[in-house]
Amino acid sequence: MSSESSPVAESLGIVQEHTYTFGPPSEPIILENGRAFGPIDVRYETYGSLNAECTNAILILHAFTGDAHAAGFHTPESKHAGWWNDMIGPGKPFDTNKYFVICSNVLGGCRGTTGPASLDPHTGTPYALSFPVITIRDMVNVQKRLIDHLGIARLLAVAGGSMGGMQALEWSVAYPEMVASSIVLASTARLTAQGIAFNAVGRNAIMSDPHFQSGNYYSYQLPAQGLSIARMVGHITYLSDESMGMKFGRKLQERAAYGFDFADQFQVESYLEYQGDKFVDRFDANSYIYLSKAMDYYDLGERYGGLERAAARIAGKVLVISFTSDWLYPPYQAKEIVFALMKAEKDVSYTELNSPYGHDSFLLETKRQGRLISSFLGSVYEYD
Amino acid sequence: MSMTDQQLQPEQRVHISYERIIELVEFGSNVLDLGCGDGELLVRLMREKQIRGRGVDIEESMILQCISKGLSVFQGNLEEGLRDYPTGSYDYVILNHTLQMIHDPAMLIQEMVRVGRYAVVNFPNFAHILNRVQLALGGRMPVNRNIPYEWYNTPNIHFCTRKDFVELCSTLDLEIVRSIDMTRRHVAPPFLHNWLSTETCFVLKNTPRK
Repeated sequence: MSSESSPVAESLGIVQEHTYTFGPPSEPIILENGRAFGPIDVRYETYGSLNAECTNAILILHAFTGDAHAAGFHTPESKHAGWWNDMIGPGKPFDTNKYFVICSNVLGGCRGTTGPASLDPHTGTPYALSFPVITIRDMVNVQKRLIDHLGIARLLAVAGGSMGGMQALEWSVAYPEMVASSIVLASTARLTAQGIAFNAVGRNAIMSDPHFQSGNYYSYQLPAQGLSIARMVGHITYLSDESMGMKFGRKLQERAAYGFDFADQFQVESYLEYQGDKFVDRFDANSYIYLSKAMDYYDLGERYGGLERAAARIAGKVLVISFTSDWLYPPYQAKEIVFALMKAEKDVSYTELNSPYGHDSFLLETKRQGRLISSFLGSVYEYD
Repeated sequence: MSMTDQQLQPEQRVHISYERIIELVEFGSNVLDLGCGDGELLVRLMREKQIRGRGVDIEESMILQCISKGLSVFQGNLEEGLRDYPTGSYDYVILNHTLQMIHDPAMLIQEMVRVGRYAVVNFPNFAHILNRVQLALGGRMPVNRNIPYEWYNTPNIHFCTRKDFVELCSTLDLEIVRSIDMTRRHVAPPFLHNWLSTETCFVLKNTPRK
């Protein structure tokens, strides 16, 4: 093994949230649907420090239900670190001793950035379904404003998994001159029919909840049942047959033998229920609808007349990683991106990690994925 | 069966010395290295011949080493690495000491000369005198410093002799542009190649259609 004698990885400790607000009356953002939209709050966090030349900034892009809190802890009491704490911090792959790491909540989200749960300044009530239908490009355009605001002309890397990988790809074709490298994990240039189908089931579960009320549930009871079912379905798609088998098998939750009544619960059922319930506390049902739709719509090549043409726009280096057991964002889709980039003679590397954890691998295989990413970043930082 | 050579250390993968291959490659060309291992050949080609290069390898640890050297590398099996390339997208496609591990070597060679202007292929010559003696007199599969595996654990599933390979080239209508024969680390004497070479390196190209 070559280059890793990384110091003992520590945690970032307590991290701060920030909010950047822009838009009308000054420059609103024009959405892909043609509408001017704003004002927009962007919730973001930063870790490490920007060097004097501003050449060490990395933008982390979160997945569907993630948020700006990628690493560290919000309070000394909090038990839960940020969602990618294993990957970001001093001595970790996104090494905050070297790099300035930024993560923001996406447009349409519900974790501090403007989304359907935010108040519409014109009405004083939440946007709900009057929120515009947004796209991955819109999310990226909002992030671009944040990066401009932070005074960064060029990002050392944009990196993300799943929906975050879509944003990383979109960044590198939309603003090629601003992206020295992109890291695309467990992602795709466009969802499969199967991926869209699962998102549709999630949206249907939410919309058919009697409390959904056309999205205007904010002052009433939440469509908790629908959102919880959506999450349960989603969660199944993030795991794999193998990982479920290892984790739960056919074990019952409370009984030793079948009672042949409906009180019997397999462990996997109880787990999904728990995930569903936990999700309702932190996620907005309307955001689920908007963000899943943005993923469904996403098609990297569409705007440019094909994937290869889109790939030809990319200026920086690209690292694509897929996982063998990921059936939601399958390796063959990652390879479509890679082949398009290779045909366009781009500097692209691809690995397919053998992992049993399904789509969730990019959150769990932090050691092997981390080694690849830290080597990649190191070479970009050194040679760029 | 994959053509993985997990058991091999990088230095064992090197037979024809890198110098020989580097000599063959023109300045500033586009090179695809199939079975690139730790990427050392590509690094040297970039440094000494200012090439633009890409590697393909099956092994995660090799990919990691390539990436840390700043190389472009694709993890996958070799045929897969070529399938999606348009014709003539590289000047050289190199297959360094891997041919004998390939499931369908004839197909791969044809793909190499399709994708590259030139294919650079080297492989151990099974007809080397030491192998002949071990098989003929010892009555056993040859195991020696050139081919250090027992029959049951060898990654080498398609051994051929120098003569066999020349015949295959003629069957496939490939022109042998150059050949280098080696006896261990030295250039083999200019005769009895099929007896004396431990390793042969061929530069091939498609014969122009008449």
